[in-house]
Amino acid sequence: MKALILVGGYGTRLRPLTLSKPKPLVEFCNKPMVMHQIEALVEQAGVKHIILAVSYRAEMLENEMKEQQKRLGITITISHEKEPLGTAGPLALARDHLTVDEEPFFVLNSDVVCAFPFKQMVDFHKSHGREGSIVVTKVEEPSKYGVVVYEPKTGRIDKFVEKPQVYVSNKINAGLYIFSPKILERIDLKPTSIEKEIFPKMASDDNLYAFDLSGFWMDVGQPKDFLTGMVLYLHHLREEEPSLLREGPGIIGNVLVDPTAKIGEKCRIGPNVVIGANAVIQDGACLSRCTILQEAVVRSHSWIHSAIIGWKSVVGQWVRMEGVSVLGEDVIVKDELYVNGGRILPHKSISNSSPEPQIIM
Amino acid sequence: MIKVVILIGGPMKGTRFRPLSLELPKPLFPIGGFPVVYHHIEACVKIPELKEIILIGFYQSSESLSKFISSAQQEFNIPIRYLQEFQPLGTAGGLYHFRDQISMGDPDSFVVLNADMMGDYPLREFVEFHMQHIGEHSVLATEANKRQAHKFGCLVEDPSNHKVLHYVEKPEAFLSEVINCGIYIFSPTALFKLMHDILQENYHKMSEEPFSTSVETVRMGEDVLPNLASSGTLYSFKTRSYWTLLKSAGSAIYANRNVLSSYHKTHPDLLAQNGVNKPHIIGDVYIHPSATVHASAVLGPNVSVGSNVNIGAGARVRETILLDGAELKDHCCILYSIIGWNCSIGVWSRVEGSRCDPNPNEEFAKPDGESLFGNDGKLTPSITVLGRNVTIPGEVIVLNSIVLPHKDLSQSYKNEIIL
Repeated sequence: MKALILVGGYGTRLRPLTLSKPKPLVEFCNKPMVMHQIEALVEQAGVKHIILAVSYRAEMLENEMKEQQKRLGITITISHEKEPLGTAGPLALARDHLTVDEEPFFVLNSDVVCAFPFKQMVDFHKSHGREGSIVVTKVEEPSKYGVVVYEPKTGRIDKFVEKPQVYVSNKINAGLYIFSPKILERIDLKPTSIEKEIFPKMASDDNLYAFDLSGFWMDVGQPKDFLTGMVLYLHHLREEEPSLLREGPGIIGNVLVDPTAKIGEKCRIGPNVVIGANAVIQDGACLSRCTILQEAVVRSHSWIHSAIIGWKSVVGQWVRMEGVSVLGEDVIVKDELYVNGGRILPHKSISNSSPEPQIIM
Repeated sequence: MIKVVILIGGPMKGTRFRPLSLELPKPLFPIGGFPVVYHHIEACVKIPELKEIILIGFYQSSESLSKFISSAQQEFNIPIRYLQEFQPLGTAGGLYHFRDQISMGDPDSFVVLNADMMGDYPLREFVEFHMQHIGEHSVLATEANKRQAHKFGCLVEDPSNHKVLHYVEKPEAFLSEVINCGIYIFSPTALFKLMHDILQENYHKMSEEPFSTSVETVRMGEDVLPNLASSGTLYSFKTRSYWTLLKSAGSAIYANRNVLSSYHKTHPDLLAQNGVNKPHIIGDVYIHPSATVHASAVLGPNVSVGSNVNIGAGARVRETILLDGAELKDHCCILYSIIGWNCSIGVWSRVEGSRCDPNPNEEFAKPDGESLFGNDGKLTPSITVLGRNVTIPGEVIVLNSIVLPHKDLSQSYKNEIIL
């Protein structure tokens, strides 16, 4: 089987992290975001060929994918768009790869993390035999999204309603699809939105079915949601593979720590913390709801809540950081500062507090 | 023979020092570990031929005040008395009211200090200066800058003989960069004669303005000093030593730094030292002998720690006054704050204020932030002040805020006054 992952552009919403790495390689819960999807595709659905649809040149991504295709014994192709083609155009661009056989193929939004249901998607898709199946997930506030109205028994999609003012459904498009190659007849090689231009037509001729996702789901394309997705993912790990989570004195709730990371004494770590490879947490630090990326250092007595600490960054002693602060790569935050909602660009050294949310260039 | 009078004010004064002055007369507030007025007394006892020190104010005589007076009498071996005004009589009225007590024993001169200032003022030299014109009067002056001078009493002197030619309290327009420090030496006979005349005049005015309340009050800056200047009997002695008013709580942190720094010369034994199994000390720090400080805590620069304070492991304190009985739990961080008596700060919490020091790039600048609110009606970022017995839970931040006594906070606060 094949899968096409819609990576798209520069990932500006996840800056400053994406100034140092293409978004698919930013580690979400200690694994590059795209690898969560790739590994699940390979393990669950036996996918052998993965196409990454990218609209910018990223040598780092290409090199990393060469490594990964060797490791996983699959083919990874980078499909490079000369101009951004939206969410449908990349399918037309990759037509030759997607039509080598009659098998259906997956299409994924690269920002989505969830308990991927790839195996069930294949079965569901085969059961109705139409052109497309899309995964839908329940949300609390449907009025903020485009919702999907479908027949509960069969899953046959009736229509899509953008930001409904009156309740029609609480299910939204989860950004995971499986299509038969016949869909390609509907798509031209030009910038096209699959959600707005292709799906409504497929629904109107009864060729689109909804598959209801049971587990957690999150679009982690921006820092706030990245942290929410982290909390959901760690909770998922607690239920599915609790042995991966760290236990012990000073650890509270769901905490994922790379074995090479070092944690000092009298720390309080958790709930909901991810610590990357070779990161160092010094004595007496207190972390909750945060991700510490590789080789970052959090010095003694600091307090961090709701933040992403970039690769190789150093957070000084007695620093307080909160409010979805994001440090880019190699940022230095001097001792005793307060950072609230700061987005700090890579290679910056901060020596003044930033009590109100701001971007520090 | 010479006497000293220290004007300590009263409870309706010192409002900008609330909530701290709700609990304790402001002159007893500790700077560098000792009450403000203690520093004044210590400076005064160096005056030769000093006979006694009289405190005048309108605080009800309290246990804290009388305890302070009796221990200071013993320590400095000088008679100290507190004379209480039955009602506020203006910034100079108390002197006139107690003129018999002051004049008793016929002192040539008497020194008057306002308690709401701190400085490294050269009293000895000032007295020597005054001795050259006994029978007349002297004022200690310092320099301010053009931007700030009008907030003080301003004077103009004749540079050849230091005679004060003109004096205006808080002028509306710029007058001079030379300001009054609130320290004077008066000749009693001449001063009380002048005050008598001022009161006579008030009395005559009363028939024109029958509801005027000023009939019994005499104001130093508005009534006495301009008169002395125009009669040509006031001389100014200029100092360039550090001097600040203690109006706002923010100025206490600035004064604390200067007092601690002066200990290098006067009381090196009061400054905490680094050592094995001792907390890490940066710069000038005073720790009361009864305080307990964990060896992994880091203090300084500019920290005063009161009696029975308890500081936990990994705590950090900088530019702060910790009042008696405060408890700092592990890993907390206290910056630019005054932590009230018996307050408790939770683990990993942060109590932080903003620096209120004079602008270091302006010559002769004094601390700003005299008013709590800015022109936009918002609270001006200042030091954080916690009143007595305030409890801060773990892991929160209290930033640029003032917390009134006996509050249990349950969340973070920023830029607020918490009643």
